[in-house]
Amino acid sequence: MAHQSELIEEDILAYLKSHEEKTMLRFITCGSVDDGKSTLIGRLLWDSKMVFDDQLASLEADSKKVGTQGGAIDYALLLDGLQAEREQGITIDVAYRYFSTDKRKFIVADTPGHEQYTRNMITGASTAQVAIILVDARKGLLTQTRRHSYLVSLVGITHIVLAVNKMDLIDFNQQQFEAIKNDYEQFAASLGFGEITAIPLSALGGDNMIEPSANTPWYTGPTLMSYLENVPVDGDSRAEPFRMPVQWVNRPHLDFRGFCGTIAAGTIRQGDELRVAASGQTSRVARIVTMNGDLPEATAGQAVTLTLEDEIDISRGNMLSAPDAPPLHARHPEANLVWMHDQPLQPGQIYLVKTATAVTPGRVTAVQYAVDVNTLEQKQVRTLGLNEIGVVRLELDRPISFDPYRQNRQTGSVILIDRFSNATVAAGMIIAAAPMEPQSVQSAGLRLELSSAAGGLSRRITLSEAAVGSAGVSVVDLTGESAEPAFDVSSSFLDYLGKGNRILLRLRGLEQLQAVALLAYEQTLSFEFDRTAEGVSILLFKRGIVSGGRASGDDGTGI
Amino acid sequence: MNKNLTHLQQLEAESIHIIREVVAEFGNPVMLYSIGKDSAVMLHLARKAFYPAPPPFPLMHVDTTWKFREMIQFRDKMAAECGLDLIVHVNDEGVRQGISPFTHGSSLYTDIMKTEGLKQALDRYKFDAAFGGARRDEEKSRAKERIFSFRSANHRWDPKLQRPELWNLYNTRIKPGESIRVFPISNWTELDVWQYIHLENIPIVPLYYAAVRPVVERDGMLIMVDDERLELKPGETVQFKSVRFRTLGCYPLTAAVESEAATLPEIIQEMLLTRTSERQGRMIDHDSAGSMEKKKQEGYF
Repeated sequence: MAHQSELIEEDILAYLKSHEEKTMLRFITCGSVDDGKSTLIGRLLWDSKMVFDDQLASLEADSKKVGTQGGAIDYALLLDGLQAEREQGITIDVAYRYFSTDKRKFIVADTPGHEQYTRNMITGASTAQVAIILVDARKGLLTQTRRHSYLVSLVGITHIVLAVNKMDLIDFNQQQFEAIKNDYEQFAASLGFGEITAIPLSALGGDNMIEPSANTPWYTGPTLMSYLENVPVDGDSRAEPFRMPVQWVNRPHLDFRGFCGTIAAGTIRQGDELRVAASGQTSRVARIVTMNGDLPEATAGQAVTLTLEDEIDISRGNMLSAPDAPPLHARHPEANLVWMHDQPLQPGQIYLVKTATAVTPGRVTAVQYAVDVNTLEQKQVRTLGLNEIGVVRLELDRPISFDPYRQNRQTGSVILIDRFSNATVAAGMIIAAAPMEPQSVQSAGLRLELSSAAGGLSRRITLSEAAVGSAGVSVVDLTGESAEPAFDVSSSFLDYLGKGNRILLRLRGLEQLQAVALLAYEQTLSFEFDRTAEGVSILLFKRGIVSGGRASGDDGTGI
Repeated sequence: MNKNLTHLQQLEAESIHIIREVVAEFGNPVMLYSIGKDSAVMLHLARKAFYPAPPPFPLMHVDTTWKFREMIQFRDKMAAECGLDLIVHVNDEGVRQGISPFTHGSSLYTDIMKTEGLKQALDRYKFDAAFGGARRDEEKSRAKERIFSFRSANHRWDPKLQRPELWNLYNTRIKPGESIRVFPISNWTELDVWQYIHLENIPIVPLYYAAVRPVVERDGMLIMVDDERLELKPGETVQFKSVRFRTLGCYPLTAAVESEAATLPEIIQEMLLTRTSERQGRMIDHDSAGSMEKKKQEGYF
């Protein structure tokens, strides 16, 4: 900002005008305290003149008192946030820092590099477009360098700065720098980064931070600041098929129905055709409404309100998309899952799965494998503990609209929430819809999953939670089942009965009764038997629970 | 439109997204309105988020009874113009006990009139989400604050219970009695706020602009004599100086700066050329290095 101060002084309006055109870059710094990470960030803040006089005064005082630079200014002290951390001398969470040049506003996610803090790095990286991977020039690549790089690639960051710091301690030796750079490029080849820029630095001395360093005449690449100011990141997401998760339906009066949301991909213009991903219904954009007047078009990243030409059924949770390139719509996404909670993943247990469009109960049905973040090796596991990462298969109670995370970070990401503690327990990045989507049928609100059991002699039937709004009695029609059924029961199904709801099973005949009786026996359920003209009906319920739904008696179910 | 979104467009979109998410997921949200420039921006963003409807929540001001008179006038005018219900809450118990910044010191006074007042109001109206205009760059302890900041049933902020925030997927789940403070302009800096006010012509309290005002010099700070409750200490005289305020709060606790900046560009110019961070004008931070953090744990914003 220093070079701008003349303009500020002489023509503030021109200065403001030029700053209205600034873009924004979010980046993450990965490394440990020992790599000089805090010094590097402190230096960027310092050199962009975003440190104020009173902060400087307190920095000078703190540097003398608790600094690690022998009384000289300790830039790292600009960053420490919470008191407890300052006392421990470590950062234990994600902190966000801000600075600005005349080209860009920067948001830095500052995360610690210790092994146990995978969770923090994933959090900080989730919104970053660039990652700065710090390496101590004396030490070269460490295990943590590989770990950070893998995590950054997992979260979909493709622009990497390999910041080879403390070059002053190896006399700015070009060969050593090149060796580290080559090592890294070799290692990172499998991670699919778009570009890797290695910069020889001394954060403490300011070498190649803002200005090219006289100590590295052999280096011809950008300085760190110049890289950050110029790296093109605003992707091409606006050229991709349109996506807008509907966040809120704005209906102030009968003549206005606006669909509010943040555009996740693509560009939309008045008159463009849109499709509702879940229902397949289509309409055209009538208006793009804002308080500053209607827009002719809107693009990825903008939060807009659309009105459509036709009255079609759209609510929060739907995704509006390009008509010819809709997102996936399925119940069984496969995802990379990062576990973030002390209590390990319980496969089969219901969690709340939040995506860009909806919150849906769901469970992890299988952990395919876990990845060792240090060696990148796959290992077979039954579950995931804190800071462990694996590929899992999710089963959701309702289908959701999504894209693979590699295509879109907004529409391909999920978080898992514990139903009882409400803690955010995991972050997921969808890989694809699971290859074998079981066939599913709807039956009076109860979802039945049919999949063939081994041998083909019997049909295995999974009873899962009833669809919302079907309190009271749900009907499961088994009269079309030719073979003898076997039941798999999910916990949501038992929850459903536990709330006083009842299930009416329609059987073809007595030969299907044994399976039902076995189900009741195993799950300590009660049942009532009835014989009607159509066949046999069994009413399943949990005794001792008063139905919260409809009154008992004849409610049209045949009993 | 083949241009990249500017930083202000991106910040605006993020804030609108956050505000809409709260309305979609909470039953009884409220916007805490402090009448300052950050609140002005937050309110403007809320109007944009729901246009052509007014924002579907009330504004609430926790009034310590020591705000500048011009702030109160501005508050009432803005609420009426935006078509929003305005809840003004005063800690009556504090008033009965005669709590004032002069007699009880800034720390106890803030605790009772502001922190306690806020908790009382949140309990009385059973709000489950409260928007606040705090920004992460204001103060070091706020750098790690979440956008959705979880508070226990007794309004405590516990760093260990804060949830990781990934992408723009916010965990809004709470149990009865618990609440969430939401900071839609977390990622804005002071300069962003001023630039946006300039660009969008957002009305702000006139106290931000320089004018000749009656002030006394006290402990090295210029305090405005806003009403007769400010008693002069021996040796103090009321002087008329051209001053303005970089932040607004309770007048006995908010220092004025001498300034001639009477327009928005001049204010921004002055801000960029003076190298003093904005919270220095607030006495509350001077107590101790971790004072804001302690206050936050106790329920202050």
